[in-house]
Amino acid sequence: MQVKITVNGTLHERDVTPRTLLVHFLREDLALTGTKIGCDTSQCGSCTVHLDGKALKSCTMLAVQADGSDVQTIESLAQDGPLHPMQESFWEKHGLQCGYCTPGMIMASIALLENNPHPSDEEIRHGLEGNLCRCTGYQNIVAAVKNASEKMGG
Amino acid sequence: MATAVVGSRIKRREDPRLITGEAKYLEDIKLPGLAYAAILRSPYAHANIKSINIDKAKALPGVLGVFTGKDFADVNPLPCAWQAGGVQNNANTPRILEIDKVTFTGAGVAVVVAEDRYTAEDALELIEVDWEPLPVVVDAYKATQPGAPQLHENAPNNVCMEWTVGDQSAVDQALHSADIVVKQHILNQRLIPTPMEPRGCIAQYLAATGEYTIWMTSQAPHVMRLLITAFVFGIPETKVRVISPQIGGGFGAKIFLYPEYCLMPALSKKLGRPVRWMETRSENYISTTHGRDHITDIEVGAKRDGTITSLKVNTYANLGGVLSTIAPGIPTTLYGRMLSGAYKIPNIFCRVFGVYTNTGMVDAYRGAGRPEATYVVERAVDLVARELNMDPVEVRRKNFIQPEDFPYDPIILRGLKYDSGDYDKALDRALEMLDYANFRKEQAEARQQGRYLGVGFSTYIEICGVAPSAWIGLPGEGWGAALWESANVRVHLTGKVVVTTGSQTHGQGHETSVSQVVAGELGIAVEDVTVQHSDTLGTPFGYGTYGSRSTAVGTVAVYNSLQKIKEKAKALGAHMLEAAVEDVVFQDGKVHVKGAPDRAKTIQEIAGAAALAYSLPQGMEPFLDDTTYYDPPNCTYPFGTHICVVEVDPSTGSIEIKRYIAVDDVGNVINPMIVEGQVHGGIAQGVAQALWEAAVYDENGQLITGSLMDYALPRADFFPPFELDRTETPTPVNPLGVKGAGETGTIAATPAVVNAVVDALSPLGIKHLDMPLGADKIWRVIQEHTNGV
Amino acid sequence: MYPTEIDYHRASSIAEAIELLSQNDDAKLLAGGHSLIPAMKLRLAQPGLLIDISHLEELKSIFVSGDKISIGALATHAQIAASADVQSYAPALASAAGIVGDQQVRNWGTIGGNLAHADPASDPPTVVLAYDGVIHIQGQSGSRSVNAQDFFVDLFATALEPGEIITRIELSNSSSAKSAYVKLSHPASRYAVVGVCAVLEMNGSTCTSARVAVGGATMKAVRSPGAESVLTGSSLDDSALNAAAAAVKSDIEEFLIGDMSYPEDYRQAMAGVYLKRAVHAALGS
Repeated sequence: MQVKITVNGTLHERDVTPRTLLVHFLREDLALTGTKIGCDTSQCGSCTVHLDGKALKSCTMLAVQADGSDVQTIESLAQDGPLHPMQESFWEKHGLQCGYCTPGMIMASIALLENNPHPSDEEIRHGLEGNLCRCTGYQNIVAAVKNASEKMGG
Repeated sequence: MATAVVGSRIKRREDPRLITGEAKYLEDIKLPGLAYAAILRSPYAHANIKSINIDKAKALPGVLGVFTGKDFADVNPLPCAWQAGGVQNNANTPRILEIDKVTFTGAGVAVVVAEDRYTAEDALELIEVDWEPLPVVVDAYKATQPGAPQLHENAPNNVCMEWTVGDQSAVDQALHSADIVVKQHILNQRLIPTPMEPRGCIAQYLAATGEYTIWMTSQAPHVMRLLITAFVFGIPETKVRVISPQIGGGFGAKIFLYPEYCLMPALSKKLGRPVRWMETRSENYISTTHGRDHITDIEVGAKRDGTITSLKVNTYANLGGVLSTIAPGIPTTLYGRMLSGAYKIPNIFCRVFGVYTNTGMVDAYRGAGRPEATYVVERAVDLVARELNMDPVEVRRKNFIQPEDFPYDPIILRGLKYDSGDYDKALDRALEMLDYANFRKEQAEARQQGRYLGVGFSTYIEICGVAPSAWIGLPGEGWGAALWESANVRVHLTGKVVVTTGSQTHGQGHETSVSQVVAGELGIAVEDVTVQHSDTLGTPFGYGTYGSRSTAVGTVAVYNSLQKIKEKAKALGAHMLEAAVEDVVFQDGKVHVKGAPDRAKTIQEIAGAAALAYSLPQGMEPFLDDTTYYDPPNCTYPFGTHICVVEVDPSTGSIEIKRYIAVDDVGNVINPMIVEGQVHGGIAQGVAQALWEAAVYDENGQLITGSLMDYALPRADFFPPFELDRTETPTPVNPLGVKGAGETGTIAATPAVVNAVVDALSPLGIKHLDMPLGADKIWRVIQEHTNGV
Repeated sequence: MYPTEIDYHRASSIAEAIELLSQNDDAKLLAGGHSLIPAMKLRLAQPGLLIDISHLEELKSIFVSGDKISIGALATHAQIAASADVQSYAPALASAAGIVGDQQVRNWGTIGGNLAHADPASDPPTVVLAYDGVIHIQGQSGSRSVNAQDFFVDLFATALEPGEIITRIELSNSSSAKSAYVKLSHPASRYAVVGVCAVLEMNGSTCTSARVAVGGATMKAVRSPGAESVLTGSSLDDSALNAAAAAVKSDIEEFLIGDMSYPEDYRQAMAGVYLKRAVHAALGS
C-alpha cells in the first residue's frame, strides 16, 4: 500500500507491503543503512530512530504505521555539515568500538537528553536501558552522553 | 613529535564513518540483482533426516531456488584446522547443509533463495522434513558415560579427544606429600558471544572467469579464503576474493569458517545471482559458536605456609554436536598450558576430554581457554587461602613469579617462557586504590550488622600475541598452519603512507593505532597514513585478528617495515644531501647530516625522489616500499590485578557490585584511550559471565536462552564505573614492547567477581559457587546455610 | 524478524474498528504494537488483518472527572509517567509506567494494549489491580465496564470478548493514599520476576485500608486479601509486615509460575520481600 513518510526532511511516497517493518523500509527501500538491526526481540536498540520526535525501535513498527509521520535517522544528524554534539562526544570520549550499536545509541542518547538535559551518570545508565553495547562496557558511552549534555548547554 | 604520537590519546580515525552511519557493514551492501537466502534449521538436537520435500516451497512466487544437502553432496565438509589431541581420527565437522543427520538444534538442512527475505522466510515454512528424532545428551560428562546417546560412529562414548599436559605421577606424589589438599568441582558455563552484528555473507560468482567474490563477517578473511578454496571446494585459492566489510564486533565468534560462508558462493554459482544471507539474532544464538562450557575437577596441594605445590585438573570440555574450525585447540593448548597462572607451581597435570554433545558448536570466545584456565587458577588460590585461613592476597604474593625469575619457564608451556612481569607492583597499586586495610575494617563492621560485603582478587596473567609458528606447529599441538603476520608499507610520491596488513579489525581501532606507529616512526601526521585491511585483494596474507595478537604481531610487522624504509630513506637522503650514509641520521621525519640539522631532507622529499627515481644511488630500486612477514620468537604475557567489591542482599540473593578496580599491565601502550576501552569492554563481559550470562539447553537439546529476552546481556545500569590504572612492563619479545590488551578484562574479571561473592558469603561457610551467580541461586544457598533468614 | 503477510487498515473511529474486528476472525487491534509486532516478527502471532487504532485521538487523553482519573486506552506509558494528574491521583501507576521496558518502548506502548495483552510479567496490570481500576470496554453490543479484579482471567487471557476494545481505564482518586510499585526485574527481558503494588490509606501511623496486588510471580495479576487484612488496622510495624509477607505468599500459591532462572518458590518468597519493600516505598521509609 501507498505510504507518505518524511525521512530526514525528505518526503518519500512509496508502495510497501503492510508487513514491511519500518527498519526494513528505511534500510532496503530508502537505502538509509545507518540504522542497524541487532536482534529480533526489540531488546537491543540498534535500530533506534526518532518518529515524530520520539525515540522508537524501528524494528517494532510497521512502515505503514508510520504513514504520515516524520522520521529522523542517524543520517539526519550531520546532513547539513557539522557533527551533532552527541556524535562529537561519542568520538571524543571513545564511546564506540565496533560501531554497530552506535547509531541507535546516539539516537537514544539524544532522546534521553531531550527529556532530561542534565542527567547524572546513574540517570544516563538507566536512561540507556533500551540499548545494548557489547564492546564498551558502557563506561565511555556514559562519559560521551555526559559530555554532550555539557556541550548542549546542559 | 616522533615519540609523542605513540602513547597519546588521539581520537579514533575510524569513528567518523561509524558515528554518522556511513560505514558499510555486511547487510548494508546491496549488489545489482541481489537475491536473499534463508536457511531451514533443525528443530531437533539429534535426528536423522528421512526425507525433505521442497516442492511447495519452490512453487511459491518470488522463490528463485530451494536446495538441500543432497544438492551439495560433492562439496567437502568444513575442515577442522586445529586437530589437537589426536582429533584427526574422529573429527566430525559441519557440511554446508546436512544430508542425513543433525547433531544439534540449528544445523542447516535446506536453503531458500528468493527475491526478498520475507518471501524466503515464507518459503521455509513450506519445506516439509520427515525427521526421525534420536535420543539427546547435552552434558559433556554424561555424554561420556555408558549408555549415553552416541553422536558419531567414529567417536566412541562421544569422546572427540583426550589430551594431557604435565607429569601425572609427579603431581600425584606432590599432592600426597602436601600439607593440605583442596578438591573442588568447578563449572565454567557456556556463553554466547553476541557481537551486536550477527553473522552474514554475500557471494557473487562470475561464470566468465570462474571467480567468486565473498563478503563475510570474518575476523580472518585470508584464512577463510584458504579454507574455502583448498579444503571445501577444492579450487585454486586465486579464484576467490574474500572481503570483510565493516565488522560489528566478533569476540571470537567470527574467526571461524561457517557453512553459510561456503553455501552462499555455491548458491550464487547455481543461480547466477549474487546472494545475501544475514543471520537473525535468534538464528545467531543457535547456529553461531558458543564459548567455554567446561566441567572441571581440581585438586590443589599446598604447604601450611601457603606455598602451592601441585595442581591437578580434569576437564570435560563440551565441543558441541560437530567441531568448529579450531574448537579442539581452545581447551588444550590455550587452556591446559595456561594453568600455572602468575604462580610458581612446580607440579601441574591436566587432562582434558573434548566431548561431542547435542548442542551448538563451541569454539573461541574472547579469551578462549585462557579465561577458563584463569578461573581455575584464581579460584584454586582462594580455596587454598580459605583452607589455611590466610589472606588471599598473602597466598598470592607467596606464590608469585618474581621479577628476577623472568624469563620464567612454567614447563607446561612446552618451551615458551613468560617474558616479563612485576606482579606485586600491579597488586600493590590495586590494593592502594582499594585501601585494602580499611576495606577489611569496613567488612568486619558490615558483618557485625549482618551485611554480606566481600572482596575478590584476580591476579591474572594471560598469554597473548599468540604466535611463534615453530611453537604452535610443534608435533602434537595440532595447529595446521603458521601464526605470523604481515604488513606492507608504502610511502607514496606525495609522502602519504599506505599500510596494508593481513590483520583484520572489528572494533579494536587498528586503523588508529597502526597510524600512530607509522606517524611516530616516520615523523609524519597521523592523517597522512591510510591503513588498508580485510580484503584478500591487495593485502598480504595474515592469520587474522584474535588472541590479542594484532598489535603484538601484526603491528610489529608494520614497525619492522618502517625500520627498513627508514634505512632506505637514510641512504637516499644521504645521496640527496651529498653526504655519506654513515654521516646522516633519521630524526623527526627528516634525514639530516649529523651535527647539522639544517642540512636535511624531509621524508616527503625523499619519498618523492624515491618515486620519481631521477637520481637514485647506484643499484637502489625506486620507491619506499617494504613488506614484512613477522614471526615472533615468543608469545607475550600481560598481567595485572583486578579487584571486585560486592554486597549480597540476603533477602533476595541480589548482588551489587560496589567497586571494580583494574590495574593491568599490557606492556607499552600505543593509545591509552583505546586500551582502556578494551579493558572496560572485557571487564563487562567477564563480570557478565560471573553474574548473569549462561547459555542453557534443556534435556531435549533446545536452547532455552535462545534470544535476548532470556540471555542476559548486561546493560549500562548493571555496572558501577570501573576504576582503572596501569603499570607498564615492556615485553622484550618485540621491539614495540607491546603485549596485547584485547582480552585482559574478560580473563581477569570473572574470578574476581566470584571470589568476591564467595568472600561475602564466607561467614556462612560457603567456599565455592558455580556461575552465573543469579539471585535465585544465591538466595537458595543462603537459605540452605541459614535455614532461612 | 519477518512477519507473515497481513492486511492493514487504519481505523478512523472506534465504531469502525469494532466493525472490522467483528467481521474478521483473524483480525487484531494494533495500538502501540509493542507486544504484537514482536510476536509477529517471530511468527508466533500471524494475524490476517491489523486494525490500527493508534490514530483515534479520543482514546489518548488523560483527564480527571470528579474523584476519578480516566486514562485513554491509547495513552502511552511515557504519557502516563509524565502526567501530573496520574502522578497525583495514582502515583504508583505513574512510577510503574516509568519503568516499563525502556524509553523507546514507553514512547509507543499503550496501557490499553498492555492490559489487553495481559502478560503476567508486565507492570501495569498489577498496579491497575491494586488501585481497583475499572476497564471500560466497547463492543458491537455496546459498552460495559469490568473491574480489574475480573478483567485478568489467566495467562495472557482477559475478560475481553471477541470484537471488543478497551477504551478507557478509570481509577479512583488515591491521592490521599500512600502507594508504591516495586519490582525485581529479569536481567535480560527487564520484565517483572516479581512486582508488588501496595496502596495504603493511613490515619496517622495506622493503616485504615490496604490493597496489595502481585504480578510477575503469578499467571496473572492477583490481589492478596490475606496481606490486605493483616495490614489493615496495623501500624505497619515489622511484625505486621512479616505476617503480611506470609499471607501474600500463601495467597499467591495457586497462581505461581516459574522458570529455570526464577522457580516458583523463589518468586513466592520474593513476593513477600517485595511486599515489605512496597510498603516501605509507599511510606517513604
